[in-house]
Amino acid sequence: MSEKKRIELEYSQLDSERMRINVGPQHPSTHGVLRLEVEVDGEIVTEVVPHMGYLHRSFEKYCEQLTYLQVIPYIDRMDYIAAINNEWTYVLGMEKLLGIKVPEKVEYMRVIMAELNRIANHQIAVATFGLDAGAFTPFLFFFRDRELIIWILEKLSGARLLYNYLRVGGLAADVYPGFKEDCLNVVKQVRKTNAEIMDLLINNKIFIQRSANVGILPADVAINYGCSGPVLRGSGVKYDLRKDEPYSIYDRFDFDIPVGKGEVGVIGDCWNRNIVRVYEMEESCRIIEQAVAQMPMEGDVKAMVPKKIKPPVGEVYFRAENPKGDLGFYIVSNGTDKPERIKARGTSFVNLSVLPEISQGYMFADLILILGSIDIVLGEVDR
Amino acid sequence: MGTNDIFDILKTEFGDYILEYKDQQPVDPYILVNPDQLFDICHTLRDKEEFQFDYLMSLSGMDLGEKLGVVYHLYSMNHKHKVVLKVSVPKEDPKVPSVERIWRSADWHEREAYDLMGIHFEGHHNLIRILCPYDWEGHPLRKDYQAPEFYHGMEVS
Amino acid sequence: MGLLNRLDNPYEGGGIVLGTVEDLLNWGRSKSNWYLHFGLACCAIEFMAMNASHFDFMRFGTIPRTSPRQADFIMVTGTVTLKMAERIKILYEQMAEPKYVISVGSCSNCGGPYWEHGYHVLKGVDKIIPVDVYIPGCPPRPEAFEEGMIQLQKKISQQAIFNKRKKLAAEDKNQ
Repeated sequence: MSEKKRIELEYSQLDSERMRINVGPQHPSTHGVLRLEVEVDGEIVTEVVPHMGYLHRSFEKYCEQLTYLQVIPYIDRMDYIAAINNEWTYVLGMEKLLGIKVPEKVEYMRVIMAELNRIANHQIAVATFGLDAGAFTPFLFFFRDRELIIWILEKLSGARLLYNYLRVGGLAADVYPGFKEDCLNVVKQVRKTNAEIMDLLINNKIFIQRSANVGILPADVAINYGCSGPVLRGSGVKYDLRKDEPYSIYDRFDFDIPVGKGEVGVIGDCWNRNIVRVYEMEESCRIIEQAVAQMPMEGDVKAMVPKKIKPPVGEVYFRAENPKGDLGFYIVSNGTDKPERIKARGTSFVNLSVLPEISQGYMFADLILILGSIDIVLGEVDR
Repeated sequence: MGTNDIFDILKTEFGDYILEYKDQQPVDPYILVNPDQLFDICHTLRDKEEFQFDYLMSLSGMDLGEKLGVVYHLYSMNHKHKVVLKVSVPKEDPKVPSVERIWRSADWHEREAYDLMGIHFEGHHNLIRILCPYDWEGHPLRKDYQAPEFYHGMEVS
Repeated sequence: MGLLNRLDNPYEGGGIVLGTVEDLLNWGRSKSNWYLHFGLACCAIEFMAMNASHFDFMRFGTIPRTSPRQADFIMVTGTVTLKMAERIKILYEQMAEPKYVISVGSCSNCGGPYWEHGYHVLKGVDKIIPVDVYIPGCPPRPEAFEEGMIQLQKKISQQAIFNKRKKLAAEDKNQ
């Protein structure tokens, strides 16, 4: 098997010129509306300039006009694939500012829902990564399993995709009987499908040839660019906010942090970023099993919170481990019931900035694969 | 290492350029800094042994009424401590030195702060708009911003 | 429709099907409508879920096409911003007649949750291109997508191809 190397550019005897191509906002594989201006020399990429803002929905301006409670549906729509994690980060930041402690049942519910959403997100990430490489069947398998997770969340909150379910101090509605059995069914099905996908996609010779040794991101470059999540862990840095700065009740569970080890290819390439996501699905299954065993079913789902949320003058920066990386909220309050400023440090915004650096010297088809392995969602990039 | 220790060490090195240290709950403690020496201060924060702040978590622009401010949240992977830096500049002439050569993630954050707040970062290699269209007028996140009526023939509001 | 009833019993009457040419062309067009691959925001995720095996959008005869020249209709799924609106207009003008537009979700129907203070959001895609079917929801359920597709098929099957001007003038007079 010939190894893919970063091709050194040589100017041959023929008169050749570099060409600027537009991978426009409408493209089947840019994972949303992102425009890439690519300069190519034949088939080899020499420069990539991303242009964004095609989904800029002025989220931060909206936050200054609405109350703290009305902001929650807009926060859902930032990372629309795993909406619970966004809401949870915001709600934890507000609870730190107000000094509220939530009941045990609420903590367990939030952890279970966040981990279910983590599995759902990684299913889409691996499915679309396979689609970029040309494999259609894993897409169908993963979406079939994702339906099971969405049905649970629909029974809880009423919506399939954008839940608006978490509140400052608790949840919007109580849990339904039969919740624990549904979660354990999902875990069983996810493990079964993961075993199939390891044979079908991950250890497939063609997939390895396409994704190994492509888009190598060294660890110090990743830290300097501010990357987080599977992008950072795929480069060998063992850093996860659930273990390094535990929030909520994550210190009660026993789970590992998968890191790219270079089993196939080089540490920091597309294959290793992808395998981190597959292993993280298994770790989320372990957390869900432990949480379901420990969770109490009786109890209230709301803490004592005043009807109108008016935090004292102050500010807080809170970050939590989203499926794509660490999402940060910088909340500044001026004493009234409307925030002064909410800044969302989007995970995908920072992860995408590393694309021009790691895609130089590879073929054009590899560029699409590298973009798929970073796993962006445009709602977070553009806000 | 707590923020007050960092403040003491920085004060001995940079003297008058470190303005203030604020620590009142529920505020995250922060260090207010003069923008003129910002580049050297950030360089020290990244490279000095005791600090090693190699991860820029977030860079936000703020509208403080008569002034504009920038807030830096830094984190260290080795020592696992955090610090918050703030600078503030007058609204008529908002110029802040750019730190993109120290932390590469500041590149796009500074472009966003320029686009939405209008703060100029000196020394940035490519300070153009990033989220709004390239021919947009005005800086939307300022408190006194008025949205235009029409843009390229399309009704805005 | 008379044509389909005849197709169910093909050998009655000697294997001959009678119908109007208009019915035949409309049947062909509505039951094999190819859409342009165009996902903007959250509604696109529901769209992807609908293409998957549980809801199976392809049984309506739709296939995703990547180029607007080969597409019959465009589904605008997600928020239309001012920066993107010009590109949508270019894409719509690149499509060949006959073409249709389905507007999916409240953001492209009327601006959605961003109708009040959004300085960069176009309040409804029908301000720049003509829309045939609106599907409400935020995001709409896959069943709502299918209902929208059925409405579009109904609309196409009732379209006039020959003597279009006379028919439209008669309709205007009746109204």
